[in-house]
Amino acid sequence: MTVTDLVSYEDALASYDPVMGLEVHVELGTKTKMFCGCATTLGAEPNSQTCPTCLGLPGSLPVVNATGVESAIRIGLALHCEIAEWCRFARKNYFYPDMPKNFQTSQYDEPIAFGGYLDVQLADGEVFRVGIERAHMEEDTGKSTHIGGATGRIHGASHSLLDYNRAGIPLIEIVTRPIEGAGERAPEVARAYVAELRELIRALGVSEARMEMGQLRCDVNVSLRPHGREKFGTRSETKNVNSLRSVERAVRFEIQRHAAVLGDGGTIVQETRHFHEENGTTTSGRVKEEAEDYRYFPEPDLVPIAPEREWVERLRAELPEPPLARRNRLREEWGISAHEMQSALNAGAVESIVATIEAGADAAAARKWWLGELARRANEQGVELSSLPITPAQVARVAALVAAGELNDKLGRQVIDGVLAGEGGPDEIVEQRGLRIVKDEGALGAAVDEAIAANPAVADKIRGGKTAAAGALVGAVMKATRGQADAGRARELILERLGVTE
Amino acid sequence: MADLIHLTAAELAARVADGSVSAVEVAEAHLARIDAVDEKVHAFLHVDREGALAQARAVDESRARGEELGPLAGVPLALKDIFTTEGVPTTVGSKILEGWVPPYDATVTKRLKAAGVVILGKTNMDEFAMGSSTENSAFGPTGNPWDLTRIPGGSGGGSAAALASFQAPLAIGTDTGGSIRQPASVTGTVGVKPTYGGVSRYGMVAFSSSLDQGGPCARTVLDAALLHEAIAGHDPLDSTSIEASVPPVVEAARTGSVAGLRVGVVRELRGEGFQQGVLNRFDESVELLRGLGATIVELSCPSFDKALAAYYLIAPSECSSNLARFDAMRYGLRVGDDGTRSAEEVTSLTRESGFGPEVKRRIMLGTYALSSGYYDAYYGSAQKVRTLVARDFGRAFEQVDVVVSPTTPTTAFPIGERVDDPMAMYLADLCTIPVNLAGNAAMSLPCGLADEDGLPVGLQIIAPAMADDRLYRVGAAVEAAFQARWGHPILEEAPAL
Repeated sequence: MTVTDLVSYEDALASYDPVMGLEVHVELGTKTKMFCGCATTLGAEPNSQTCPTCLGLPGSLPVVNATGVESAIRIGLALHCEIAEWCRFARKNYFYPDMPKNFQTSQYDEPIAFGGYLDVQLADGEVFRVGIERAHMEEDTGKSTHIGGATGRIHGASHSLLDYNRAGIPLIEIVTRPIEGAGERAPEVARAYVAELRELIRALGVSEARMEMGQLRCDVNVSLRPHGREKFGTRSETKNVNSLRSVERAVRFEIQRHAAVLGDGGTIVQETRHFHEENGTTTSGRVKEEAEDYRYFPEPDLVPIAPEREWVERLRAELPEPPLARRNRLREEWGISAHEMQSALNAGAVESIVATIEAGADAAAARKWWLGELARRANEQGVELSSLPITPAQVARVAALVAAGELNDKLGRQVIDGVLAGEGGPDEIVEQRGLRIVKDEGALGAAVDEAIAANPAVADKIRGGKTAAAGALVGAVMKATRGQADAGRARELILERLGVTE
Repeated sequence: MADLIHLTAAELAARVADGSVSAVEVAEAHLARIDAVDEKVHAFLHVDREGALAQARAVDESRARGEELGPLAGVPLALKDIFTTEGVPTTVGSKILEGWVPPYDATVTKRLKAAGVVILGKTNMDEFAMGSSTENSAFGPTGNPWDLTRIPGGSGGGSAAALASFQAPLAIGTDTGGSIRQPASVTGTVGVKPTYGGVSRYGMVAFSSSLDQGGPCARTVLDAALLHEAIAGHDPLDSTSIEASVPPVVEAARTGSVAGLRVGVVRELRGEGFQQGVLNRFDESVELLRGLGATIVELSCPSFDKALAAYYLIAPSECSSNLARFDAMRYGLRVGDDGTRSAEEVTSLTRESGFGPEVKRRIMLGTYALSSGYYDAYYGSAQKVRTLVARDFGRAFEQVDVVVSPTTPTTAFPIGERVDDPMAMYLADLCTIPVNLAGNAAMSLPCGLADEDGLPVGLQIIAPAMADDRLYRVGAAVEAAFQARWGHPILEEAPAL
């Protein structure tokens, strides 16, 4: 199947109704692994964060990380799930070199959380409810690096390197119910769901959920059925779709591909597929002759988990405000549109803006700085907005200086320059760089006089009543004072000297 | 020095403590005994001469500094080769781990070292503890000191044989379906399977996680109790480890008595196919208990008839998963890694040549029993039987304080007799398996020699979970009564090696 064989998206939707299932793995940000005391720091020397348990050495045993269980329950509660009164871990048995025990400690028919939902908001403000089947706890595998083959694939590799630092890091797998009724908006719903889930995970503080770091990974299942039919079609499972944009594209592509296959009288094979970022297509994964049998059975090395109801209720009471509700509240407080709120969210600026307002700035100023100058800088440097070396308190201080007339916007940008360059806080930079607005009436008056003398034609126009021409003289004054003049005051002086009132 | 090896652990510890003998002398006497007889017995897979002497020296130095010694300080011990020992090879009787030197100590190993126990070496066993004769060891069988052409039981045949041949006064075993008790029975020694969760499994290479339990082996009930106390207790590294204090086993062993006790005899553990000599000694034991003031109660536990079948589904199922980690990637044997083969191929070749036939048989059984479509019929049904067995025990313990039975239906059989007949081999654990399924505690101790062959017979005592002390209270009384009758410990009847 090549791209040219695809049915157009519109034609696909005209004939078929898409049904989706999304499986998201979230790597928890616990200090230690799920079943041992090893550290979980990213980027450590390979195999430096391992012990007998996460290496699966003979004789080693797991012990459950209580924080991992707590995080799972909090995620479950935030997704409006029921929390199991009693549940067990199960072993999922299959061989793979990066899995130390050749079974994954996971949960099978007794997940810790089940039967919930997540409301997601689409671009036009419509709210779509995604049903949650379950959320369960499991452990991550190690990482294989294949050497000598093409583009890091195992095919053609001469050997592979194994890093078990990631083995045993806690994962929460969140599985949706079949998502029906999204119609042509299926790709958008899929993207909005993953985005909302990511916000939720971050709001709970259980993971940074950075998709580019593999902290949040998404498998996309898609099937089509002719309009009016209830029975689901056969699904494809596209694995590791690891950005919001890719989630949207993968769903779209699969809808078009399925429609093409079905339209030709073909059948969809239930299979694993790989998504390709470079062209937005999927290709078939390794075809297995028979379905993998994981031979699940209850993990005998771990005692069952029976979360006390009191504890669960306490965790429920301590849940943060749901991100969607919070965004709607902030949107109203800030007096902006849904679209503007979405831009702030996409820019990753919401938390910074909130903190800047808390530090004393008004909402408009806080948004202006973060979404304007700072977003531009972050973009230039290719870093996240929140990782710029400037604090919300410093941004609030710049905003305060501007509001007080001590700085104008241009000078404000220069102060921010200085902060980002590590020269110190806003007040220090104003002092060191001498950036305060020129308030000395004598100096300003001299500059105004010079500007009038140097531009007699403009001065005449103004005298003749064309006060709009004063802008040119203000410009000259600003140039002469290297931007440090108070433009408003300069304009007043110009009009005053020329005997004009507005 | 020769008679040092015939002393009990309690006696040795007392002599080391009072300075009448040094721990080094004790260790050397036992190492000399190993040199003299183990070529014939083959109880040890690895003798850690230097480690043993270093530990003995440390005990002597500690005493010289005036420090108080623990109740087993300076006593030598034979450790089943299923417990990890930092820097000392651990094979689990398998070629697949030949040459592996663990980087860490099992909790049991750690506790033994902390108690000043001198670990002489690692003992032979059926590969991955799967077997009842030690013939499944990849490193050759162990002989029964009573008759070297016969099996010493299994899987912990090496530990039991080391005790019976006076190479060590103490040993550690593990018991998944009888691997401590059945070897104790056929070698005339004492072995205890503690309550499940009583002794940490951390660092004990897993066969069947929900059934495996480490425990003490000795020549006397008191020695077993002292060792039990040294290794038992909660371990945060094993989440199935019980968070409760260790039952007062040593006190119970010192105050042995059965007066007023209700003792159950279970019909299903005394059935057809038992050797007559075994039944005779068992019946005498029951009479002896009655004579000592116990009340005998006949009981029926109908589910026990299905226990063996359930065990041979649960244990292989868990083992098929536990043994998946032996894949040639991180440790142990690696076969066929010549640069042309994939990781999967190397894993297959390694497992093919690294595991013995019994291990493969059980991995295949377990894989099948867990597979989709068969799970409910096999693993699921077996778990139901397990619940019924526990319920039968529960009902029995409403009526009696302990249950007694023969430990194993026959005395030691000749090496080679049952190797081609797995069912006959499995039957050796008929009486011991229900205890593992229920998670109870049980002991085997000698109750005489069978009339037909003059070989030791074991009496099994079973107690409810967390009532391990009852085993020692009854065991000590029975041991004292029998020794008074025989005039000496039973091992004095064994032929000299």
